[in-house]
Amino acid sequence: MTLSNLLTERAAANVDVRRAARTSKLSGGALLAAVVLLAALPYVVFSDVTDTLVNLYVLVALASMWNLLAGFGGLVSVGQQAFVGIGAYSVIALADLGVQPYLAVPLAAVTCVVFAVPTSWLAFRLRGDYFAVGTWVIAEVYRLLVVRVDALGGASGKGLAGLSGLDPVLRGALTYWVALALTLATVGGCYLLLRGRVGLSLMAVRDEETAASAAGIDVTRAKRIVYLVSAAGCGAAGGVITVSSLSVNPDAIFNVQWSAYMIFIVVIGGIGFVEGPLLGAVVFFTLQQLLADYGAWYLVILGAVGIAVARWLPGGLWGLVRDRTGLSLFPVGYYVRSSGHAR
Amino acid sequence: MQWINAVVQGLLLGGLYALFATGLSLMFGVMRIVNLAHGDLAVVASFLALALISGTGLPLWVVIVVTVPLFAVLGYLTQRVLLQGSLSSGPLATLLVTFGLSIVLQNVLLEIFSADTRTLDGGAFATSSFQLAGSITVGWLPLVTFLLACAVLAGIQVFLSRTGLGRMLRASSDDRETANLVGADSRHVYGVATAIAFATVALAGLMFAMRSSFDPATGPSRLIFAFEAVVIGGLGSLWGTLLGGIVLGVTQSLGAQIDPAMTLLAGHLVFLAVLAFRPQGLLAGRTA
Repeated sequence: MTLSNLLTERAAANVDVRRAARTSKLSGGALLAAVVLLAALPYVVFSDVTDTLVNLYVLVALASMWNLLAGFGGLVSVGQQAFVGIGAYSVIALADLGVQPYLAVPLAAVTCVVFAVPTSWLAFRLRGDYFAVGTWVIAEVYRLLVVRVDALGGASGKGLAGLSGLDPVLRGALTYWVALALTLATVGGCYLLLRGRVGLSLMAVRDEETAASAAGIDVTRAKRIVYLVSAAGCGAAGGVITVSSLSVNPDAIFNVQWSAYMIFIVVIGGIGFVEGPLLGAVVFFTLQQLLADYGAWYLVILGAVGIAVARWLPGGLWGLVRDRTGLSLFPVGYYVRSSGHAR
Repeated sequence: MQWINAVVQGLLLGGLYALFATGLSLMFGVMRIVNLAHGDLAVVASFLALALISGTGLPLWVVIVVTVPLFAVLGYLTQRVLLQGSLSSGPLATLLVTFGLSIVLQNVLLEIFSADTRTLDGGAFATSSFQLAGSITVGWLPLVTFLLACAVLAGIQVFLSRTGLGRMLRASSDDRETANLVGADSRHVYGVATAIAFATVALAGLMFAMRSSFDPATGPSRLIFAFEAVVIGGLGSLWGTLLGGIVLGVTQSLGAQIDPAMTLLAGHLVFLAVLAFRPQGLLAGRTA
């Protein structure tokens, strides 16, 4: 046994290192109860409520994926709409080939990973701010290419085949569950990914790339994993959007607006916290519903709030909550206690 | 002959792209800010000119003379009030602030002017042209725009290399803290750089508005053109930006010659090819 091992063991014997504070266990239980409640909603409320919630779930999923990319991977992309679009069109194409549309949603995630691999070769040549606009150009290229394919409906878009035979109430409920599953998968996926080895390397890369690389972390590999996971999540979200709206329009689905939503939700909610996108999506969604009668003004307010938060509150709303209460629903760091004091 | 014509038209269009991209290149070169509201600022200038003309009845050239300095002042203020504070918080903050600005500008324009497509009426000058040789006709407006772009780039070049303020600007770009130690006020210098960037973007926006139609949502696609011109030419090089603009313009023009639907795609593909095979750009500038 080397000296350093001995020292580490003796040090470790004196402190208690845990993921979760006591509050996290309580809130974990509350979270589970909330999920069960949400899953039962189609039996309880009218379909207009669940239809609206589908939009919220999609926003949470998209924002979580952007948070993983930018908040943990340090890859600030303005081009995730590329994968939203590819995912949406995958569902359309697979449904045309006879695949049940709900089953096509997870397959859309796979398609997006296939497209994301070559995309990452190009995009990773750009750093920092230029990565942001570069990914945007790539998304535009995908849009212009899709528009040229007549089998996908060209510039006017296409309807989704294979769901017309279904009872509307059942269809609404199924779409709701698929959207809920998407949200659980993306948020849970982020949490599990960040708890593990990848998460540790990612946070090291985000904080200081050169030092992380010197410590033996394969920086490009870590970033590529996040990029591919994020593409898969956005693709599945695009699939849910299609299943929910029953048609796809290239200009709408490849719109940079999706990136705008993701960015503002994450920034307002709190970038770099798994909880941030959840809180941000609820705030965004409420704002959207409240200001629905005032046209585009909610986007003006959203942009202004986004600027203000980026400028004066870098941790977002969740950062504020955490500083005040120490609450962490999805602990990805560690708590170190010695003689009863939490640090 | 029509291919030569396409090249000539693309060349002239490239001048406009270069004029438009200069501000983006300058702000990145000096402050390491990619201004995501760049395209929207050009559209704001177009709408402002439209409102001034319809409101006051002033001739177009007076409106241009008023709008460009006004934007320079706006640029200085934007830098000092919005951007300076976020500079210290890292690149993510500046990116978010400019992106937020872009969304705010687009939607305010949408609420005030509606989503209708507009053009700026440049009168007889905007449509008149002369015959160069055979079937090649050159419009006066594109030619003047091209010459204006070259003049502006040359002017900025002289400003950066010959004047005291320009030297301070370059010094702040190389090493802000050291420049501050020897007496440069980097905040003022950054303000000046942003003022120049806003003035050029307003000028380019007005030229764009005379050539082609615009609406509140045009900004982002314009930003992409400017960005492509900067990356194709090489980051941080003024003449590289001119070259990048020309390459982009000629490619789009040739793409349109093959199939009008190919115009944008051709430009994007050249950009991706440069990214894949020569990521430092055609004329690599000073290292970032």
